[in-house]
Amino acid sequence: MTKYIIKRFLIMIGTVLIIATLTFFLMHAIPGSPFNEERSSNEVVQANLEAHYHLNEPLFIQYLIYLKSIATLDFGPSIKHPTQTVNDLLGRGFPISFELGIVTILVAVFSGIILGVLAALKHNGIIDYLAMTIAVLGISIPNFVLATLLIQKLAVDWDIFPAATWSSPVHMVLPTLALATGPMAIIARLTRSSMLEVLTQDYIKTARAKGLMPYKIIIKHALKNALMPVVTILGTLLAGILTGTFVIEKIFAIPGMGRYFIESINQRDYPVIMGTTVFYSFFLVFMLFLVDIAYGLLDPRIKMHKKEGE
Amino acid sequence: MEKLLEVRDLEVSFLTYGGEVQAVRGVSFDLHRGETLAIVGESGCGKSVTANSIMRLIPQPPGRITNGTIQFKHKELITLPENQMRKIRGVDISMIFQDPMTALNPTLTVGNQLAEGLKQHTSVSAKEAKQKAVELLDLVGIPNPEERLSLYPHQFSGGMRQRIVIAMALICEPELLIADEPTTALDVTIQAQILELFERIQEQTGVAIILITHDLGVVAKIADRIAVMYAGKIIEVGTKKEIFYHSQHPYTKGLLNSVPRLDRREGKLIPIDGTPPDLFSPPAGCPFTARCPKAMEVCDRVYPLETNLSSTHQVECWLQDERATKLLASK
Repeated sequence: MTKYIIKRFLIMIGTVLIIATLTFFLMHAIPGSPFNEERSSNEVVQANLEAHYHLNEPLFIQYLIYLKSIATLDFGPSIKHPTQTVNDLLGRGFPISFELGIVTILVAVFSGIILGVLAALKHNGIIDYLAMTIAVLGISIPNFVLATLLIQKLAVDWDIFPAATWSSPVHMVLPTLALATGPMAIIARLTRSSMLEVLTQDYIKTARAKGLMPYKIIIKHALKNALMPVVTILGTLLAGILTGTFVIEKIFAIPGMGRYFIESINQRDYPVIMGTTVFYSFFLVFMLFLVDIAYGLLDPRIKMHKKEGE
Repeated sequence: MEKLLEVRDLEVSFLTYGGEVQAVRGVSFDLHRGETLAIVGESGCGKSVTANSIMRLIPQPPGRITNGTIQFKHKELITLPENQMRKIRGVDISMIFQDPMTALNPTLTVGNQLAEGLKQHTSVSAKEAKQKAVELLDLVGIPNPEERLSLYPHQFSGGMRQRIVIAMALICEPELLIADEPTTALDVTIQAQILELFERIQEQTGVAIILITHDLGVVAKIADRIAVMYAGKIIEVGTKKEIFYHSQHPYTKGLLNSVPRLDRREGKLIPIDGTPPDLFSPPAGCPFTARCPKAMEVCDRVYPLETNLSSTHQVECWLQDERATKLLASK
């Protein structure tokens, strides 16, 4: 197990490095520079600035400098906001984005599973059709459309929840709802179909023949097996939610990472782009690693240590 | 011997898109304590449905028990509320299914699955339940039972898994064990071992067994009495001897002829031509008429009455009707 974890950790570092490299060269392939819009600056000033940020060096040298910044985990100050380092931005913005992401994934997973199980148990009944209608709507409505709709109805028209910002649990309701609906719908559909399949398995019949209580059959025997595909897709959903937070944060004026990330790309603020990308990719890869561990815990047939010999 | 189970006129239908399938059409039989009754017949004759009906494990819908009574120790099971029925399943009546590879939950340890039935129905402590699980694994012949409790089903072979399934069924000491094709999915050598296990368990615990199978070899080994099913009806029932040596129904004879035998010279097996009737619209007369070498006009029109050949041997065939004997004799 420890061997497996060490191996996975090394692979994770490799993955992040590849992502970082790709982002670096892609970002520099886009024309433009951080100082394009500053009309006031004359050519000398611009040259000085570029020299200061090593932008006049060959791309390969810049890449090495960038690798060094990853290794030391110090991405330096932002070009656009010279008073703040990238680490400052991450330290301030990420906890908020993280909070939104975690609450979203929890809401999506729990409501999705409950909805899916109910639909499967009442297969072809009213609850099933209702749940699947919600699921189809959830999948097909983009979260930014849902967000504006929620603000219009629940915040502006009926004044139940605050329309924007991030200061109390009540403020979390609308952004979470907007962000969680899509993943929830996907999880609900997946849980339903896998639950329907599991419920016809022989071991469910065995459990019934033992005279177990229905809830025990569903939770202990059926759900544990039905959750395998859900766990598999969780990694991908996490990525979706992570990037989804950028849009939702913008709509709800939440001071998370999303604003900095989008701004930094528009303004070619290289240190910020690189810092956030590396940070986010590492976070995502780590989450995928946790998902794989969870997979092994759910299904004893998947054994981590067996992979060592390969 | 005391009567343990009495099934009368059981009828079960399944509503499908194509119409109503009458899977079981008036099945009656008795079972006494400590007895082994084999229900034999080809695929789709309703033997598994009959077994599942006793456990009330027919999926409803589409299945429906439309008529009949099932009395277990003089208690009617068909009308019993589900929560009462739950207290009978696994406690008084246990069931074993065909495929041991899929009958166990792959994500739970064997110990957990063994003990959960006991924990559900009695107030034993975890330690006592574990003790009992070890005892049962030992009974069904699994070596080092204590160490194996923490293993998962995929770590056992097929034969071992079937032993575990049997141990699981016996853990609450049931009076009736229904085994639905318990050896069909196993190798022949393992089959013999499992059948011996059934015999040994019956000797030790006195449990009555209903054995559902299409394998007459299995039947010959462990059954006391045999009921032959065809198209949702029991067409002949008798002791093992009566069925194997004095069978009277042409279908039973056909079945026996299609099994290889050591005491017969001619190497060729004689199959029964044709296929069973469509149970969407079963024939009014004897369902075997179309395949029967001795079919008469009456067979096609009216279903035969039951004829008692002895106190234990009953057959439903016009050839055995008193009037038929006279007719044949006069010819």
